Amino acid sequence: MTEPTDAISSTTSRGAYAAATTEGRQRGLWSDAWRNLRRQPTFLISAGLILLVLVMAAFPQLFTSVDPTYGDLSRQRQLPSVDAWFGYDNQGADIYARVIYGTRASVVVGVLATAGTVLIGSTLGILAGYYGGWLDALMSRVADVFFGLPFVLGAIVILTTLNAPGSTPGPVRIVAQVVLSIALLSWPVAMRIMRAAVISAKQNDYVKAARALGASSRRIIFRHLLPNCLAPVLVYATIALGAFIGVEATLSFLGLGLRSPVVSWGVMISDARDYVRIAPHLLLFPAGFLTMTVLAFVMLGDAVREALDPKLR
Amino acid sequence: MAEPILSVRNLVKHFPLRVGVVFKRVVGHVRAVDGVSFDLHRGETLGVVGESGCGKSTLAQVLMRLEPPTSGAVTFEGRNIFDMRGAELRRLRRDIQIVLQDPYTSLNPRMTVGDIVGEPFEIHPEVAPKASRRQRVQELLDVVGLNPEHINRYPHQFSGGQRQRIGIARALALRPKVIICDEPVSALDVSIQAQVMNLLGELQTEFGLSYVFIAHDLSVVRHLSDRVAVMYLGKIAEIGTETSIYEHPTHPYTQALLSAVPVPDPELRGRREVIRLSGDVPSPVDPPSGCRFRTRCWKATDLCAEQEPPLTLRLDGSDADREHPSACHFAEPRPHVVA
Repeated sequence: MTEPTDAISSTTSRGAYAAATTEGRQRGLWSDAWRNLRRQPTFLISAGLILLVLVMAAFPQLFTSVDPTYGDLSRQRQLPSVDAWFGYDNQGADIYARVIYGTRASVVVGVLATAGTVLIGSTLGILAGYYGGWLDALMSRVADVFFGLPFVLGAIVILTTLNAPGSTPGPVRIVAQVVLSIALLSWPVAMRIMRAAVISAKQNDYVKAARALGASSRRIIFRHLLPNCLAPVLVYATIALGAFIGVEATLSFLGLGLRSPVVSWGVMISDARDYVRIAPHLLLFPAGFLTMTVLAFVMLGDAVREALDPKLR
Repeated sequence: MAEPILSVRNLVKHFPLRVGVVFKRVVGHVRAVDGVSFDLHRGETLGVVGESGCGKSTLAQVLMRLEPPTSGAVTFEGRNIFDMRGAELRRLRRDIQIVLQDPYTSLNPRMTVGDIVGEPFEIHPEVAPKASRRQRVQELLDVVGLNPEHINRYPHQFSGGQRQRIGIARALALRPKVIICDEPVSALDVSIQAQVMNLLGELQTEFGLSYVFIAHDLSVVRHLSDRVAVMYLGKIAEIGTETSIYEHPTHPYTQALLSAVPVPDPELRGRREVIRLSGDVPSPVDPPSGCRFRTRCWKATDLCAEQEPPLTLRLDGSDADREHPSACHFAEPRPHVVA
């Protein structure tokens, strides 16, 4: 960043620039953001962690050969050792193997539910904020209805409606249903954030100037409003990700989410709650992995948000 | 004179005032622009002055078709712009452009200067083939006095005056015939104001532009304008050539405005009459009957409350270059208000 004053060149030098301006290509916001991200340690660290977690979710057998469901009560709640790095849980199952195998359900629920919430919420939020009028009134009232539903109650209703009591749906189906109910119950938050950001951004003169140039609504939304309204939703999304992994645990605890033998970090954390004082490692390891994952996403969101704001680069 | 490039006839813009949460009731209208007519000729600058809230900016919005008019017509090269749709409207966008007031909000903070000035070409790809766009953008930056190498910078890396130059470059990109300047220098320092105004003047001679130059600063308007329209509460109070308005104003409002212009020479201060208006501008929701200025006018009589004074030639019989329309029943020059 150089001094603003040196940008003034006299109007008399017209035509002299042509030879001087061959350096580099014309850049835009996204390419500038990417160039900036590649050089940022927070981005590289968080992206590395996220990559590791994703590999763990996709190929857990790469990290452990122990069966996470095999329990032996004779080694119940044993402390970490060379045989079992993270110790054994209440059923005598290897905690390390369970944490590795639990990644898949947790990460899938967290990432998909966040993606769903943000996509539904911000799409509706942009439309409501940009067009206003009856569309906004209708969407905002619908959002209010969903907002009024207590989260756990709403999820219980949705999940028990989808699965009759006593039925045993497979893990894929359960995960899909959990993701669906989370997204369905939390999109109003993302929508409100986006709507508020769009309403304040669309009053800016640059939107007026774009309209005066004859820009279509699509261009105004994608080129002008979206880049300027993304930051608050991005912040919400990174925070929500951790919360959603916890929500999955709550639902499992209530018997609505994943069931044994499928493991998730949330299930492990809620199983460990009664033994925190006598065997804290039961809680520590799954909670540590959860924290690291959430932290990685928060850092990633922060880095992306900063990269997308030219003033912070 | 030749056929005007832009002619405005009885332009009216009322904003409805609504009350109620669910069932909205219209309780009145803000008469922002209430019957404005003028002509703009090719290569001419028409200055529009008036206090805050007199409808200057609304006029600009309606002329740009950013707001639909309540009634009235604006013809550009013989065609009513409010009848234009689709391709014709796109064509109009190329011919009439706007420079906005605030250089801090009129540029998208997340676009590079190259993208901002290049956006007109993206919206109207027929103007410049893709390959030549970068060069066109750099030419434009050069024309407005910015370094063409700063094409990849962001607006926050520029000063207020430079940002306004970027806004001007964007408005110039499509080679418009008319540029509406909505208080383009009001947000700038005085020293920068002069630079930007000189730039606008140079561009006018270079590209043969016509300007509608809106401002609340009389000296700024005088510097650039060939003709001046004085607005008060959504109507034109007086319109005429720069000399006739500044040296022989006949409307009491114009006289009061001119008498308030600061005199730079301390020796000359106090030698002219200063007219102090009392009271505030009446609400545009419920403007006074008859003449809108009568509530603050020292000449007001019963006639002013009953009959609205039309905007017609007032200085009948006198010198031709002083003769200009004024909307006052008692229009007459007042020699001592002008320094």
